[in-house]
Amino acid sequence: MSPAFVATRLATLAVTVVIAGLAIHGALFLAPGDPATLLVGGARKPDPEVLAQIHREYHLDDPFLQSWWHWFGNCLHGDFGKSLVYRDSVGHLVAARAGDTFALVGYAAVLVLVTGTLAGTLAGLRGGRTESFVTAVTAGAMAIPTFIMSVLLIWVFAVQLPWFPVYGSGSGFVGTLTHLTLPAVALAVSWVGYVAQVTRTSVRTELRSEHVETARSRGVPESVVVRRHVLRNASGPIFAVSGVGVAGLIATTAVAEQAFGIGGLGALMIEAAGKQDLAVVQAVALLFVVVFVVVNTVVDLVSAALDPRTAQKGRA
Amino acid sequence: MSERSKFVDKEIRIVGAADKPRPPRDRVTTAAACVVGLFLLLAVFGPLVAPHDPNAVDPFNVNAGPSGAHLLGTDDTGRDILSRIICGTRASLTAPALVVLFSTIAGTLLALCAAWFGGWADRLVSGLLDVVFGFPGLIMAVLAAAVFGPGPTAPVIALSIAYLPLVTRVVRSAAMKERGLPYVAALHLLGAPTHRIWLRHLLPNLAPLVLVQATIGFGYALLDVAAISFIGLGSQPPDPEWGLMVSNGAPGILAGQPQQSLYAGLVVLVVVVAFNLLGSGLSRRLLGEGT
Amino acid sequence: MSMKHSTPPLLDIDALRIDLPVGGAPRTAVHRADVRIAEGEAVALVGESGSGKSLTARAVLRLLPEGARTHGGLRFAGESVPDMSRARLREFRAGDVAMVFQDPRAHINPARGVGDFLIEGLTTARGVAVAEARTKVAGILREVGIGDAERRMRQRPWELSGGLLQRVMIAAALAAEPRLLLADEPTTALDVTTQEEVMAIISEAREARGLAMLFITHDLELAAAVCDRVAVMYAGSTVEDLPAAALHDDAAHPYTRALLASRPSVGDTRGGLRAITGRPLSGFEAPSGCAFAARCPRARELCDDEPPRSRPAGAGSAACHFPHTRAPEEAGSHA
Repeated sequence: MSPAFVATRLATLAVTVVIAGLAIHGALFLAPGDPATLLVGGARKPDPEVLAQIHREYHLDDPFLQSWWHWFGNCLHGDFGKSLVYRDSVGHLVAARAGDTFALVGYAAVLVLVTGTLAGTLAGLRGGRTESFVTAVTAGAMAIPTFIMSVLLIWVFAVQLPWFPVYGSGSGFVGTLTHLTLPAVALAVSWVGYVAQVTRTSVRTELRSEHVETARSRGVPESVVVRRHVLRNASGPIFAVSGVGVAGLIATTAVAEQAFGIGGLGALMIEAAGKQDLAVVQAVALLFVVVFVVVNTVVDLVSAALDPRTAQKGRA
Repeated sequence: MSERSKFVDKEIRIVGAADKPRPPRDRVTTAAACVVGLFLLLAVFGPLVAPHDPNAVDPFNVNAGPSGAHLLGTDDTGRDILSRIICGTRASLTAPALVVLFSTIAGTLLALCAAWFGGWADRLVSGLLDVVFGFPGLIMAVLAAAVFGPGPTAPVIALSIAYLPLVTRVVRSAAMKERGLPYVAALHLLGAPTHRIWLRHLLPNLAPLVLVQATIGFGYALLDVAAISFIGLGSQPPDPEWGLMVSNGAPGILAGQPQQSLYAGLVVLVVVVAFNLLGSGLSRRLLGEGT
Repeated sequence: MSMKHSTPPLLDIDALRIDLPVGGAPRTAVHRADVRIAEGEAVALVGESGSGKSLTARAVLRLLPEGARTHGGLRFAGESVPDMSRARLREFRAGDVAMVFQDPRAHINPARGVGDFLIEGLTTARGVAVAEARTKVAGILREVGIGDAERRMRQRPWELSGGLLQRVMIAAALAAEPRLLLADEPTTALDVTTQEEVMAIISEAREARGLAMLFITHDLELAAAVCDRVAVMYAGSTVEDLPAAALHDDAAHPYTRALLASRPSVGDTRGGLRAITGRPLSGFEAPSGCAFAARCPRARELCDDEPPRSRPAGAGSAACHFPHTRAPEEAGSHA
């Protein structure tokens, strides 16, 4: 992997975050009326004195770039401003809620990585009936969005089989694990299907590839062929699609949190959006974008390192 | 050996393609097209065929199971679920239709500009799309809802932007290929004005691809719009929108009354899968490839 | 060079039929392949795309696609290849027969190093220690004209040119010390300038080792130049088999004659080339009678009805009802 390739990806990352910041801050000025009302939040008529104070605090009367830099720079320093609705600093709110989101996304990511790649690899290597079965199941799984999977799981496990709690985030490791199981499954299911399908296709493609034929023609034992040629060569695409899946989990965790009443960052963002408390929405949105873009960049870099052909292209 | 030519020339090729069995008539795509057509009809004529007023509450008949009068039962305020699903078709399909319309028009234009002018225009468009791509649609929709207030408008605007990269990337690469074909250069040499080449030649040739993209995109847009309504930032009560119905019925599930959520969710799934199958069927037929 | 009297032959392909699953139903791709190779002998299998020559070569190593079935005889040094156990098959592939494929770029794993590729057969299938295997392949690399062997072995496949990569593939095949080399159009994917070098390397290595070879090609002239005998395949059947030296004068099958007439020979600048009329058939399309009848200038009614059996003709054998005899009227008549 060439330094130029790494530099380009990192530059794109930085530019994306800066422009996302501009867009998030600029959203304030898109709404009709005084942007300060959005920072006060809530439906009540704000006090003119409070509005004037907000104008000063957020530099809303300065030129756009200056007020943007004031907000963005503060965010970079970890100062996300204050929420008048929650009467707390946004930083506090975020810190208090981040743990649940992190645990949920992490749990779902493990499900995607383990179940998706294992099912796909098994289907690709076995072929025949196993392959048809896994393909049918995962194609079905792919079609089920988080919010529908959530109500299905709640229905099955709350009413039919009361094995898992269906609400809240629990406490302690075991408590958290059992509380987060259903949300994680709801969040992960379509990505598990997607990752399994792509994994199966890459494994199949490599199994049929010419270089695998060469290895077999030389009497290399099948287990070695699978490990060194099939899985080694399929690992690039498998890693790439897994990364896309994990990034996708970050983007949609809000829905699972909302459905299962988990007070994570996504639920906080939705709640704040409902109250039109833009100070909170902006901060959480920026955080999500940064994590999303960082994950995507890391995935790009690692899969380039795994696949000599992409690295070669990056070199040109 | 260099002067030694091979007897294998262009006319001597393996001829195996001719005796491949002809693909059977595509029943799956036909069925998907029928489902899509049915729901499009319901979107227009739904209120005429619905057995009940979708918003008529009946406090004496709440959470009723399926019966002759209420084929799918009633919800927590006694409204007829079947009528709500039928009448909700319009709201549920309009928002994704607008998303697809806006993103397809803007995306196709961007793609044509990038492909036609190349150079900095292409780089600008690609860079812009990379940035938009780094912004998840759902997050954008929540931000828009915070600014414009809850309702279907904000998600439509946000998702239209979020879907731009998907449309533009596909159309751009096809337009690039098309632009490189000799006939475009020939038209240029003959003095045909640019807008004429675009309207008469490029767009008609790209239209099948754009149609396939729009069909598949519709399914995803429908899911995203429904998800945003589900989290309470899209259509607002008492509108009978499907995503909203799934969320309205959620408390009832714990009380053993899952019908509202399940039926609405099932309808979403059926319509989305129908659009996906129709899209890949169209892709096979119009573009000659399986997706 | 040839040692034709050894019995049993090193490789004996006897009335081999290959059925491939096409859309679920088995269809015959190779109808009847007959090839015999003695120890140290080089035989070319010549034919157009789709004639079944590559499938026949792959059948020797049981490398056919999933679901393929073979019928008829396929024996290596008297041992039936289709009846080999899995363990014996691995041993057979690792030591008795080695294959050089057409496109080294596709047939060498791009994700692993050149050195790993070279030693893989020895270390995994034969249990040779890594250091010993590296020393051994380095020697063979020098033999095939790669001087800086140590550096090349540390490189990745994409860093090597096509010609160099094909030498690597040949070296990997030779490292197994096989008795038979299968070469499937080993020069077709290469630049014209490197083709000759690669052929020369193969010939030298064969001579040094007394190695037998089945050479798959569509180039009749090349086949005659590097091999002892030439077998011609058409639409899934071997139609003629004769000594390379006798090709020009003694070819008995009208198809072989047509191939000879359809290509320019060095120094022959007189008339134009003769294209064979009609299009070639693949094995799948072969009719019940003689597959070449539709394009054959000598075809009569009998040819459409009855498939010709292979009979002695000229210096070899041909499957033709009306073979050419000596004193060719057609091959040289375009002057």
